[in-house]
Amino acid sequence: MPEPQDVISREIAELAAKSDGADHPSRDYPPYRSSGLRHPHRPLVAPPEAYAELRGPVFGASDVTPLDGDLTRQHLGEPLGERITVTGRVLDRDGRPVRNQLVEVWQANASGRYPHLRDQHPAPLDPNFTGTGRCLTDAYGGYTFTTIKPGAYPWKNHVNAWRPAHIHFSVFGTAFAQRLVTQMYFPGDPLFAYDPILQSVTDEKARERLVAAYDHDLSQPEWSLGYRWDIVLDGPSATWMEEGR
Amino acid sequence: MRPTPSQTVGPFYGYALPFRDGGDLVPSGHPGAISVHGYVYDGAGAPVPDALLEFWQADAAGNLDGRPGSMRRDEVDGSFAGRDGVTFTGFGRVATDLDGHWAIRTVPPGEVPYIAVCVFARGLLHHLYTRVYLEDSGEALLASLPGDRRATLIAEPERDGVYRFDIRIQGDAETVFLDLG
Repeated sequence: MPEPQDVISREIAELAAKSDGADHPSRDYPPYRSSGLRHPHRPLVAPPEAYAELRGPVFGASDVTPLDGDLTRQHLGEPLGERITVTGRVLDRDGRPVRNQLVEVWQANASGRYPHLRDQHPAPLDPNFTGTGRCLTDAYGGYTFTTIKPGAYPWKNHVNAWRPAHIHFSVFGTAFAQRLVTQMYFPGDPLFAYDPILQSVTDEKARERLVAAYDHDLSQPEWSLGYRWDIVLDGPSATWMEEGR
Repeated sequence: MRPTPSQTVGPFYGYALPFRDGGDLVPSGHPGAISVHGYVYDGAGAPVPDALLEFWQADAAGNLDGRPGSMRRDEVDGSFAGRDGVTFTGFGRVATDLDGHWAIRTVPPGEVPYIAVCVFARGLLHHLYTRVYLEDSGEALLASLPGDRRATLIAEPERDGVYRFDIRIQGDAETVFLDLG
């Protein structure tokens, strides 16, 4: 029997009060019910060496077409919704740009619906919007996507569970150990407090790093609203990189 | 700088991340090709039908430089064109099917004797790393583990050129997952 929001919200509050300030969510985060059987019980093992994971896959011009970064031009017509541009830089923990690496995005349409059979939310599909994009970062680590603002949508974690609007991001670093899959949120969304996936990042400062900033200078007159969101890839530790552990 | 936190890949990546030939690091009939396959299981022993696995490895000569071309695009219509049939990129990506099963075709990595694996899934808030070893070579990580834990990283030869490697996210025979700092 699915529980009401107040049960989930109480669990979220209890875990927030015990936050250890970690950058990443604990894989064991009970308010996100699906995490229960999908996190390891044993501690992770630090390998004595990591030659392969300190290197990583590379991508190039053949892997991405120039149009792949514009999610509004993949069909004959224009998608419905609020046109936005999302731009930022991919950096490592030392602030160095991650160049020529792959950034992939996917998202719901303006009504909060994914073109996926398992999404049965009775909101309309948009024949002019698929919601996937990719690009390579430039020499400054920069990426840009043109898309529409995704809608919020319901899910079945608990009764009346709604995901805040978000764009899924998949990012590669120069090392496989820097791999990141995450979600970008929009500033001021009233659903933040209710969402166990965002709240799984129990440190408030860390959580803020998942929220893009509205940037009026990025908004284009008569065309689109601009958001800025920088991404900092974690690991591997500097010691590993230097010692080639 | 503090890192951007991880979030789950969720249930709906299937139309965005998998790509044509994603699991075919080498083409069918490639000399010395092997298949590695298995299931992903959750803590109740149930197969996980919505996991995404990525693979990264050295080529047969031990080179870890990698090459572009894993997800080549058709410049005419923008669809996935598949790999070029010649270049070994070192990268693979497959989603588990409705039975929780996955398979890749590759060559045994040279010098660095494992295939690095990154596991994503709905319900998993932060991806997990593990490794596929094709034999108990006495390599440093394997040597550091007790026998029952070591066994979770070693693929089982099923028949000529076919290896089985199951990933158990939680439970008694839980796969060894790595802390890469």
